[in-house]
Amino acid sequence: MIIGQIKDGIVLDHITAGRGMEIYQILKLHNLDCTVAMIENAESEKMGSKDIIKVAKVIDLNFDILAYIDPGITVNIIQDGKLAKREHLTLPERIRGVIRCKNPRCITSTEQELVHEFRLTDPVNKVYRCIYCENVAPSIIK
Amino acid sequence: MKHLIDIMELSTQEIDSLIEIAEDIIADPGKYSEACHGKKLATLFFEPSTRTRLSFEAAMYELGGQVLGFSEASSSSAAKGESVSDTVRTVSCYADIIAMRHPKEGAPLVASRRDWVPIINAGDGGHFHPTQTLADLLTIHREKNTFENLTIGLCGDLKFGRTVHSLVSAMSRYAGVKFIFISPEELQIPDYIKTDVLDPKGIPYEEERSLERAMPKLDILYMTRVQRERFFNEEDYVRLKDTYILTPQKLKNAKPDLSILHPLPRVNEISVAVDDDPRACYFKQVLNGKFMRMALILKLLEVTV
Repeated sequence: MIIGQIKDGIVLDHITAGRGMEIYQILKLHNLDCTVAMIENAESEKMGSKDIIKVAKVIDLNFDILAYIDPGITVNIIQDGKLAKREHLTLPERIRGVIRCKNPRCITSTEQELVHEFRLTDPVNKVYRCIYCENVAPSIIK
Repeated sequence: MKHLIDIMELSTQEIDSLIEIAEDIIADPGKYSEACHGKKLATLFFEPSTRTRLSFEAAMYELGGQVLGFSEASSSSAAKGESVSDTVRTVSCYADIIAMRHPKEGAPLVASRRDWVPIINAGDGGHFHPTQTLADLLTIHREKNTFENLTIGLCGDLKFGRTVHSLVSAMSRYAGVKFIFISPEELQIPDYIKTDVLDPKGIPYEEERSLERAMPKLDILYMTRVQRERFFNEEDYVRLKDTYILTPQKLKNAKPDLSILHPLPRVNEISVAVDDDPRACYFKQVLNGKFMRMALILKLLEVTV
């Protein structure tokens, strides 16, 4: 299968196989007005198989949320058909405004304008806790 | 120190300093009777708590300051839907320092984020209750003269008991401390206390269902009440509330220098017959709470005597 090269855009590489579509939805890539290619189960020397997303436009990406979902992802920025920048993700210390705390006792359940915020408390097990009530962040991958 | 939201924001040096001030107040209360003259404490209690509120009020009055506030959400503008931030910003126009109790976890943190006036967390849901922990620490220090090498049993509602979570976190910083968690399965200590507080420091702990089995090992026994207001389901509350009742009989195998603490109020988890036992420290703990709140108010208002 041949997917054409991008002139200017972003390639999300090394996505854990099977997570590509969920990342596509979480990043709301269906709302873009450019070509977006979704490749599932591509062969990978490093991973066996992987998903890849190609976006034919340079868009602002929330690297924190990407790292939270799948920290192994590599973000390649393509300009004039060449690799301009490669970003390896690291787990963010804080995640703001993306995940919602589900604890009904948390202040965020009643203060509607409060930004939901989580901090990394256990980097080994990738555990984030609400800064207000300390409940563990719910998974945003279904 | 600008606010007190979580006991773990205080270094052990800051706790030592608060204990030192509290001890000085106990030794010479007259010296502090005008320390906060002209200052006002607002007690914003969105959830009823006579004991903690009166302790804060007594503390401020004994420092020569004044007190204003409300004692339940229905008598505040929160009943009209006002946000915590707006309430605190408004009250900070009237008061120099705020003690806040709120049923929602994290509300005092929200109140403190803009640094309008110092905020003291007087209890947020089942989360933190740092001034109770200060009372507990002063009591342990006065009874044992150390925080080190103690075996501490915590008994009752360890799941929703915020005083338990704060005390475990605070005591986990001292060498040689061991914990025994005595609770029914449904009310056992939350996993995050084990994984985030105890395991990384290699602090030994046991989980135990029997108070009698744990008793001979304990230097401190911290009893707690099963709190009706933490249950969504009345049936679960009724089933669990009488699981552990401390009686003189159960103390037979206890060490002679055991210290029995309880954050109070109690319902029936400590028999009244235990009150006369010299090892019962829970009413001393109430008084110690007032002294530590006095020390904390002085610190946060940067008043030196």
